[in-house]
Amino acid sequence: MPGMGGRMSTVIKAKISKLLDRAEDPAETLDYSYQRQLESLQNVKKGIADVVTAKKRLQMQSQKLEQSVVKLDTQARQALGQGNEELARVALERKNVAQTELQSLDQQVTELEAQQQKLTESEQRLRQKIEAFRTKKEVIKAQYSAAEAQVRISEAATGVGEEMADVGLAMQRATDKTEQMRARADAVSELEAAGTFEDLTALGSGQDDIDRQLHQLSSQSQVDDELSRMKAELGAGSGSGDPGQLPAGEEGKQA
Amino acid sequence: MIVRISAEGQYDLADSLHERLNDLDDAVVAAVEAADEAAFHAAFEELLRFVRSEGRRHDGDDLAESDFILPPADLSFQEAGEDFTGEGLIPEPA
Repeated sequence: MPGMGGRMSTVIKAKISKLLDRAEDPAETLDYSYQRQLESLQNVKKGIADVVTAKKRLQMQSQKLEQSVVKLDTQARQALGQGNEELARVALERKNVAQTELQSLDQQVTELEAQQQKLTESEQRLRQKIEAFRTKKEVIKAQYSAAEAQVRISEAATGVGEEMADVGLAMQRATDKTEQMRARADAVSELEAAGTFEDLTALGSGQDDIDRQLHQLSSQSQVDDELSRMKAELGAGSGSGDPGQLPAGEEGKQA
Repeated sequence: MIVRISAEGQYDLADSLHERLNDLDDAVVAAVEAADEAAFHAAFEELLRFVRSEGRRHDGDDLAESDFILPPADLSFQEAGEDFTGEGLIPEPA
């Protein structure tokens, strides 16, 4: 049988028969296998903890970005209220980038949540199998002769070995995903460090490199739409044009 | 027979379903060999759905080896290229 299923079963069988060939005392082999299984279980637990850490990190990034979105929206309103449409546009463009990042982060948090759930289920399953193996090994030790025990070990170990290999595979996939998301989170941090979501008051008058990138990144029409909507709101909300009376309650709904 | 969906668990299926399972497996291979990503996802999901709906979860206390091991549900099209080739993962019933 080609394919992964075939490969995986073959590898496990080879490992087990190697173990049995070496074994002089089946009882010792059984205890050794059991110890190894407990070690795998510890690794799985550690893996779950890593996923949880990655998730928390992304959630923190996400909260920061949410704050940036609100802040940039407010700044755009203020800029517009003061008649500085160009500055308002820059703020909205940045808000746009922040919102896109935010969506992507939230999606990844959801994905990590699913990974965590899956691993936790795997861990429970593995724990159950290991416990079953422990019971079985005591029975084998007590009831069978050395020769018979070898056969029984092979039977029990193959089943639990497959389970361990499978949980190992689930772990590997979760770790890979976590790595990708860590890289993603780092990229967002770099954007922040580069001042992409920074306070607009810190902006120089001229266009910097990030501004140019933002123009390419953000959807221009979306910014235009939002700008006109904001203008209309400001017009309706304060006939006098006094920025102190800006309707600020709309931000949450737009985000 | 026992079929495992990797990273999910083992299912008990009636031996009589082997042929149907093999057909579904072949459909995945065909999609992969045709480099048709959409068809691959549809066929692979169909295969997994069949195992989940026709099979019963294998008892957790039993230490049984699977007859067939299928890849995890989140298998990518690229990864599929490595697994679903030739006769696939499920061989013809004897």
